[in-house]
Amino acid sequence: MEINWRHDVDQVLKDAKAQDKPVLLDFSAAPM
Amino acid sequence: MHVREQAADFQRFGERYGAQWTPTILELDPQGAEQHRVEGFLETNDFLAQLTLGLGKTAFKAKKWQDAEKRFREVVDRYPGSDAAAEALYWAGVSRYKASGDASALADTAAAFGKRYRDSPWAKKSSIWKA
Repeated sequence: MEINWRHDVDQVLKDAKAQDKPVLLDFSAAPM
Repeated sequence: MHVREQAADFQRFGERYGAQWTPTILELDPQGAEQHRVEGFLETNDFLAQLTLGLGKTAFKAKKWQDAEKRFREVVDRYPGSDAAAEALYWAGVSRYKASGDASALADTAAAFGKRYRDSPWAKKSSIWKA
């Protein structure tokens, strides 16, 4: 299972709706 | 979203989805509605099991019963020792019932809980389906 992480959340939500795809939304405090 | 690197988004979406702790991972359907939530650290297999469970729930919400059952069975088959497995077994049975209308799918699920995950809450929930 490969996850294509993106950071532009608003655009991701728009793309998900247009492409009928689910979204994984990660709230993290892990060291970058 | 990182709590410091994307502080504004973190706060905005945290309030929108009620995420008050890290790590929190949400699985959203294409409409942006939450279908599954994972809070706190998990080992790899437990994490993958939860993600797959969430995909099953997303398919279930969309009434894609066969896709949902496939995802739920994947959790049970690939991650049988995960915390998600018993819940996935339950919903796999429900998905099969939804797809077929055949109540034996529920009875079979209750019987399966007689062999594994007997002490799980999902075994209790399925007990009413026993033939």
